[in-house]
Amino acid sequence: MKPTDISAPDYFHKVVDCQWACPAHTPVPEYIRLIAEGRYSDAYMINWQSNVFPGILGRTCDRPCEPACRRGRVEDTPVAICRLKRVAADFKDDIKHRLPKPASKNGKRIALVGGGPASLTVARDLVPLGYHCTVFDGDPKAGGMMRSQIPKFRLPDNVIDEETDYVLNLGVEFKGGQRVDSLKQLLSENYDAIFVGSGAPRGRELDIPGRKEAAANIHIGIEWLANVSFGHVEKIGRRVIVLGGGNTAMDCCRTARRLGGESVKVIVRSGFEEMKASPWEKEDALHEDIPILNYMVPVAFKHVAGKLIGVTFQKVKAEYDDKGRRNLVPSGEPDETVSCDDVLVAVGQENAFPWIEADCGIEFDKWHMPKVDSKTFVSTNPKVFFGGDAAFGPKNIIWAVAHGHDAALSIHRMLSGEDINERPLPEVQISSQKMGIHEWSYDNDISADKRFKVPHRDKVIALKDIRAEVELGYDLKLALGEAQRCLNCDVQTVFSAPLCIECDACVDICPMDCITFTENGEEDDVRQRLKAPSPHHDQALYVSGDLKTGRVMVKDEDVCLHCGLCAERCPTGAWDMQKYLIDMVQAGSTCQSKARSAA
Amino acid sequence: MTYIAKPKFHHPGLKKNELGYTHRDYEGKISTLCAGCGHDSITASIIEACYELSIEPHRVAKISGIGCSSKTPDYFLGNSHGFNSVHGRMPSVLTGANLANRDLIYLGVSGDGDSASIGFGQFAHSIRRAVNMTYIVENNGVYGLTKGQFSATADRGSKSKKGVTNTDNAIDLVAIALQLGATFVARSFSGDKTQLVPLIAAAIRHKGASFIDVISPCIAFNNHAGSTKSFDYVREHNDAVNRLDVLVGRDPISVDYAPGTVQVVEQHDGSRLALRKLDADYDPHDRLGAQTFLQKHAAKGQIVTGLLYVDPDAEDLHTHLDTVETPLNTLDEQALCPGSAVLDKINASLR
Repeated sequence: MKPTDISAPDYFHKVVDCQWACPAHTPVPEYIRLIAEGRYSDAYMINWQSNVFPGILGRTCDRPCEPACRRGRVEDTPVAICRLKRVAADFKDDIKHRLPKPASKNGKRIALVGGGPASLTVARDLVPLGYHCTVFDGDPKAGGMMRSQIPKFRLPDNVIDEETDYVLNLGVEFKGGQRVDSLKQLLSENYDAIFVGSGAPRGRELDIPGRKEAAANIHIGIEWLANVSFGHVEKIGRRVIVLGGGNTAMDCCRTARRLGGESVKVIVRSGFEEMKASPWEKEDALHEDIPILNYMVPVAFKHVAGKLIGVTFQKVKAEYDDKGRRNLVPSGEPDETVSCDDVLVAVGQENAFPWIEADCGIEFDKWHMPKVDSKTFVSTNPKVFFGGDAAFGPKNIIWAVAHGHDAALSIHRMLSGEDINERPLPEVQISSQKMGIHEWSYDNDISADKRFKVPHRDKVIALKDIRAEVELGYDLKLALGEAQRCLNCDVQTVFSAPLCIECDACVDICPMDCITFTENGEEDDVRQRLKAPSPHHDQALYVSGDLKTGRVMVKDEDVCLHCGLCAERCPTGAWDMQKYLIDMVQAGSTCQSKARSAA
Repeated sequence: MTYIAKPKFHHPGLKKNELGYTHRDYEGKISTLCAGCGHDSITASIIEACYELSIEPHRVAKISGIGCSSKTPDYFLGNSHGFNSVHGRMPSVLTGANLANRDLIYLGVSGDGDSASIGFGQFAHSIRRAVNMTYIVENNGVYGLTKGQFSATADRGSKSKKGVTNTDNAIDLVAIALQLGATFVARSFSGDKTQLVPLIAAAIRHKGASFIDVISPCIAFNNHAGSTKSFDYVREHNDAVNRLDVLVGRDPISVDYAPGTVQVVEQHDGSRLALRKLDADYDPHDRLGAQTFLQKHAAKGQIVTGLLYVDPDAEDLHTHLDTVETPLNTLDEQALCPGSAVLDKINASLR
């Protein structure tokens, strides 16, 4: 194997698995350390810079970081990264003075369609650079699906107001209640660029017998949630069936429980395990006495005299073909009819662009999705950019934010006369954390605590008030305990081959058997010869140059605790613990043109 | 010294031995020795050997004297019996313990100061009495705790860190052990665990006096140019006569060695040692040959390592003394106080 090039910005970035997994590449360990230090405002601002909506995401994020968290590989559960983000938001001081100051206008005008997370991110990035950003939204207030589809008991209005205001108050022109009905019209208004962040606003239909006849009691999930959110719907029948297994279904069933649904059931086609909903959202639903019935495919709505009385399901089972693909086949059991008063259909969302005329220069693919470049987010019309759910279909808020950053960068480069396909490299800093012989500027003593549970409001009270937030958030004591579970994966083990005397001290002390001194070879062969098995090929091996004995040092990055003991026991300083910070490029980053590599 | 405790987390894929333990279960406290100390590698090798042999920790007694080396039993086998004795007196404490309870495995851990100076006599007598033990000397040729004076094993002509040349002759503990009748004699190097771990395992399985001299560089005071116990010097002058694999139980000996290059030695307890010869002429059953070989190579400045001598049919002190098979602490009152009739008989035999 060749010696590892640790100056490549991606190498150490991948070792910080949480940050690598986050679409917006939030520096997770850095803000968790700040929380442990009690510097909540600093922790908040680091988040705000990366993901724009720390308070909102700290309650609702899909958490791609947590399955990636190294802690989950050395014990049962990852660090509660998402809920720590909320801690930063909950306990920060007033941060308004730390937000960017309005810049003098550069004369360029940007129109943003939709006031959700993608558009607001674009505006957040561009307004401080002097762009005039106009956001159009059909709803009177900004927030998009964050406001209309996420129930208030998960995400209170005041949190949305606060964080959307931080963006709008930078000097964004917000035109609420003004739905864009024609792209052609918008193009004719001579904006310098247009960003489409209009989401995936249409709930998928379930076209089975009885749908029309019983329509009065069959509701499309996301529309119904929006109606609840804006106060147009205040109650539902006593017996409710929610069809679908995604997070929208979980929001629907829990909302129904609060609007008079005493017997609410979620019924899904697939198995319980394969449901799309996040495990914690399923847990929350089950906790509110909502059974989830699986392997049942709805075949007909039952109705009497235009009144829905139930839904008939075919029972299925999963069968796997030679290629491991799953098919749902009838199990042979008789169909079952579940009686109910109302049905909420949450079987998916679709994009809809009826307002984009055929002659706007926007090409669509065979799935009726706009053709969008996955790196620059430009459409086939060089002035029109897409992001969030509008670009590649329904995902979640953090992806919308990531799209927004990339689209804003493209818009800024385009309007600065630069090639949008050229993406500047991120700025990387790496610095030693050594303070004394065995002292580090980070806390390297590994906490053995298990994941701390987030306190919940008492169920009886929570179910009575649809606006009462269920999760109460960590208090400071719990937050500190949870923060201490973080393994500081951004404090990297950096090895210097010329200093090594091959005394084996690091090998002997390493609690995870990560380090091996051995003869070099091909990667598959080297992996076989490590001190402990290395089954995860996506986790890099850090290979040194040749040592005096002709061997090389190989470190399996997989389960390293970043405890620094290798560096403490190293007599020559061949190992050092160095903090790696990567500054993802956003519109207006200082080092845009020249790429800088790691030290 | 490291201030934090070594984290309890371990690699999720660690193998377990027959007892269900990982090698982490054989650790002790975190080392307080200087960073990079060779002794820590010997500690790790003892841990590895005990793990591989699936030894029950409570069946081991680890006994040491005074010095950097004698601190190390605190860093391995945290669930074993231990006795940190007086300077140089490990061999007598070990002999006593062994006589009282012959069922335990005895690990004597000592250093060059402890065994070649203040405890030289103790070392000699425990070997000549054939106490069933594994006697490990962690040999760095220097008094580390008192800042780097030459010890009795420092080679004549070697230089101290301050540049002073040693004018005294060195004691070669391996040569002495051979001369005094040790039935398992080996030398190894803390920087070569692939050689050291099987040697320790074989010594533990050997019934009789096993002696291993492990060259263990002192990073703080004896790892400079001019030292003959530094990493660089030992690596350059290491002349290994053989490599060892220890085979316990009924595992067939793997046949991936070239014919004629492997010599199998079956020990008293059924364990087999597969010796891969590196020096074709070296015979580990020839005590006299070993002594000559050792002296010849020492004269050339070479450090001979490997299994230098083994007598697979060795006897130990208990056999010589014809002691009772049962450990003394499990003998019942009837056995210990057989009554005045027996005493009368003994007294009569002495008249």
